[in-house]
Amino acid sequence: MKADVQERPEVAGAAHAGSDREIGDVVLSVENVSLAFGGVKAISDVSFDIRKGEIRAIIGPNGAGKTSMLNVINGFYHPNQGTITFKGRKRSVMRPYIAASQGISRTFQNLALFKGMSTLDNIMAGRALKMRRGLLWQALHWGPALSEEIKHREAVEKIIDFLEIQHIRKAPVGKLPYGLQKRVELGRALAMEPELLLLDEPMAGMNLEEKKDMSRYILTVNDQLGTTVALIEHDMGVVMDISDRVVVLEYGRKIADGTPDEVQRDQRVIDAYLGISH
Amino acid sequence: MNASIAPADASASALDTVPKLLLHNARQYGSRPAFREKAFGIWQTWTWAQTKDEIEAFAVGLELLGLKAGETVAIIGDNRPHLYWAFCAAQSLGAIPVPVYQDSVADEMSYVLTHAEVKFAIVENQEQVDKVLSVAGDVGTIRKIIYNDERGLQKYDANDLVSIESLQEAGRKALKSDPAVRKAWLDGIAAGKGSDVSVVLYTSGTTGRPKGVMLTQENVVVSGRNANLFDHFTPDDTMIAYLPMAWVGDHIFSYGQAFAGALCVSCPESPETIIEDRREIGPTYFFAPPRVFENMLTQIMVRMEDAGGLKKGVFDYFLKVARRVGEPMLDGRPVSFGDRLRYRLGDLLVYGPLRNRMGFSNLRVAYTAGEAIGPELFSFFRSLGMNLKQLYGQTEASVFITLQPNGEVYPETVGKPGPDVQIKIAENGEVLFKSPGVFLRYYKNDDATAETKTADGWVHTGDAGFIDQRGHLRIIDRAKDVGRLTDGTLFAPKYIENRLKFYPEIKEAVAIGHGREFVTVLINIDLTSVGNWAERNNVIYASYQELAAHPDVYTMIEKRIDELNKSLASEEMVAGSQIRRFLILHKELDADDGELTRTQKVRRSFIADRYAPLITALYDGTKRCLIKTEVTFEDGRKGVIEGDVKIVDMKKYPPVKAAVREAAE
Repeated sequence: MKADVQERPEVAGAAHAGSDREIGDVVLSVENVSLAFGGVKAISDVSFDIRKGEIRAIIGPNGAGKTSMLNVINGFYHPNQGTITFKGRKRSVMRPYIAASQGISRTFQNLALFKGMSTLDNIMAGRALKMRRGLLWQALHWGPALSEEIKHREAVEKIIDFLEIQHIRKAPVGKLPYGLQKRVELGRALAMEPELLLLDEPMAGMNLEEKKDMSRYILTVNDQLGTTVALIEHDMGVVMDISDRVVVLEYGRKIADGTPDEVQRDQRVIDAYLGISH
Repeated sequence: MNASIAPADASASALDTVPKLLLHNARQYGSRPAFREKAFGIWQTWTWAQTKDEIEAFAVGLELLGLKAGETVAIIGDNRPHLYWAFCAAQSLGAIPVPVYQDSVADEMSYVLTHAEVKFAIVENQEQVDKVLSVAGDVGTIRKIIYNDERGLQKYDANDLVSIESLQEAGRKALKSDPAVRKAWLDGIAAGKGSDVSVVLYTSGTTGRPKGVMLTQENVVVSGRNANLFDHFTPDDTMIAYLPMAWVGDHIFSYGQAFAGALCVSCPESPETIIEDRREIGPTYFFAPPRVFENMLTQIMVRMEDAGGLKKGVFDYFLKVARRVGEPMLDGRPVSFGDRLRYRLGDLLVYGPLRNRMGFSNLRVAYTAGEAIGPELFSFFRSLGMNLKQLYGQTEASVFITLQPNGEVYPETVGKPGPDVQIKIAENGEVLFKSPGVFLRYYKNDDATAETKTADGWVHTGDAGFIDQRGHLRIIDRAKDVGRLTDGTLFAPKYIENRLKFYPEIKEAVAIGHGREFVTVLINIDLTSVGNWAERNNVIYASYQELAAHPDVYTMIEKRIDELNKSLASEEMVAGSQIRRFLILHKELDADDGELTRTQKVRRSFIADRYAPLITALYDGTKRCLIKTEVTFEDGRKGVIEGDVKIVDMKKYPPVKAAVREAAE
């Protein structure tokens, strides 16, 4: 066996470094978007794009407008100005339903799971948009509805297997530890088979091991399913390791945009994170 | 009569290797289930006939890859049908499987792979592939890694890896295109002998580096067959395989016994789902080390604490009934009609549902071994109607040395010699045995072989014990661990540690005393049990360390040790080894830090080194001691835990046994 196999980087970086995945054309672009809540300017005139197949990180200090930006992208918030172009269609306002049916799915900073439902049902909920049979058929739970459910259940089981959460398949998610709930939420987002996955702080509150696992899941999703990922994350180590390009926001403005290396060297970014003496 | 016995005997003697048993089972029990595995939430079953086809294709694939007779193959992963098949496939080619503990860190793995000179590694998934790749350079002999689960491996260098699936595909193609291939495979199996080396099992290494125990085909096959006879197992019996495949117990139970008796082996979906999976399968045969039963009991009790008054009342009442009549009923001893009726009712309301909850509704026989089990814990499960028994064994014996026969179960003993096993006690108290399971030798370690195995075939177990008047063996300690205090009093550390561990609050204990004036102990509290107590008593804590240092926890442990001292005082042999000082460790003992073996046994000498300042403090009269300990996290990084540990003095009781006996007489 060759000796060079020993010099593999750490697990998190490995799948990424050795992959031959392709970064394609722009799949979503945000142009001159501004968003204000009354007098508070959450986002001012921000433009950036996300290319197909890449992992795009949005970082910035607290209150920089990162979550607002995600909310604008998937239609939770409606910008006062600017446009969002997704898959070639230019919109001034995105609607959540359109975003979802067009292949954008997301997870939330503060978790938005159905706490009383099991892991299985929560992830199954992610398949709702893909179910074709109506309420009556579903209620009868027979014939085409049944075969449809079996098909979707299979897809859900694959996700459960992928995220290694077999042991909590039937546990009510409200009782699960935080790290696992985050994983279930990712599972639900994946159940939609999204083209663009928005992750709002997927690793907040996790320990090192959970972060490593989560990084591996994100990389594998991106690598093997070709899913484009946009994520907000505070752990700079993770961001710099797994993302292709990083956009940095501060006080609602874009202050830098580029590869992790470029961004790390940018004086404005350093100032924003480390502070600056006036 | 004779005529009918002769062929049966002949066929039994011909079935002297596991691959031969495979062919036999495929013919005899072709449509019966052999292996089950849960995949995507659904149990998948392979019959014996299908198992034979799978193994055949696997074996031919391995041969095409260049595996030759006499070469060694590492097998690493959680219990999976494909990995069990890997054993048989390799053996059918005359190659020797070497299972490796799946949770061993790269360094430990490197030692075993290098020592065994493995040519191929058959592994479960990416995690194991990564580990093997990281040591492959040092090992130097590995030609290919064969994996079961493809996830995450697509982008790896294909020169290093091949999947079991594609290997089997190649095997099937070869079998289809050329009938000679199958014939060659079958001829190879027919040429196999009982005296062939079947497997090399590395012992977990309580002391020093692991040793490779070489077992022959006969060792495994006869041990499996004898065990099946002892407990009357039939092809209707089923078990769940969840203990490490590298451990001799799993190898004999889930492989030797399963093939010898055509039993069905079920593999859980993941290590975390065992409890659920066990409930779904309902095994009839179950093995677990004492701590698994301990966890089950703790969980039941914790949940009952939270139950409503009525439920709790019913539970307590019927548990009392079970404690009184459960074991006599299990052993077939006479029990009054009223009690029988009460027990039946209890079975309906409490015991049955409890057994169901734990997945033991169909259980016929359960064994525990590896460590002494608390008498109360043991009786608890037996009183619920579970036929839980103890056995005593080791890798060098292909497990079985003694077993408790049905109806003769005494918690303090480990039973009578198994079928065809002889035991004797040496002068220094060490137990020696001779059996069909006696290992061939240690791999590349003739010195150790000579030390362990006498010229006339007796094997030193290294355990000290005696045979009681009922003919049952009782183990007290490791022979070399039995020491003496400076005043000459006998000191059996394990005896004291086990007595301490029987208290639910104490998870682990290390007793010190050899060559010292008195006995002291280091304690690990049980986080589940003490944590639950803390919750109920509004004691707030953030970590093990904080809880362990809590004054109330100290008081609780002090009370327990006082109880033990009182009881030790009444036992003539050990009255002198009452505990005089103790402390609660600031961290949990962990295999990752080398403090426990992979099978969770305490590594005494290592601990003595690591905690030398604490041990000094135990003997120089100080009340507090500051200690800094390096810890290894699961991902291999290191950190430091610092703690200020309190030391408590205990009261010594005068030996009372003699006085009591005189008074009684």
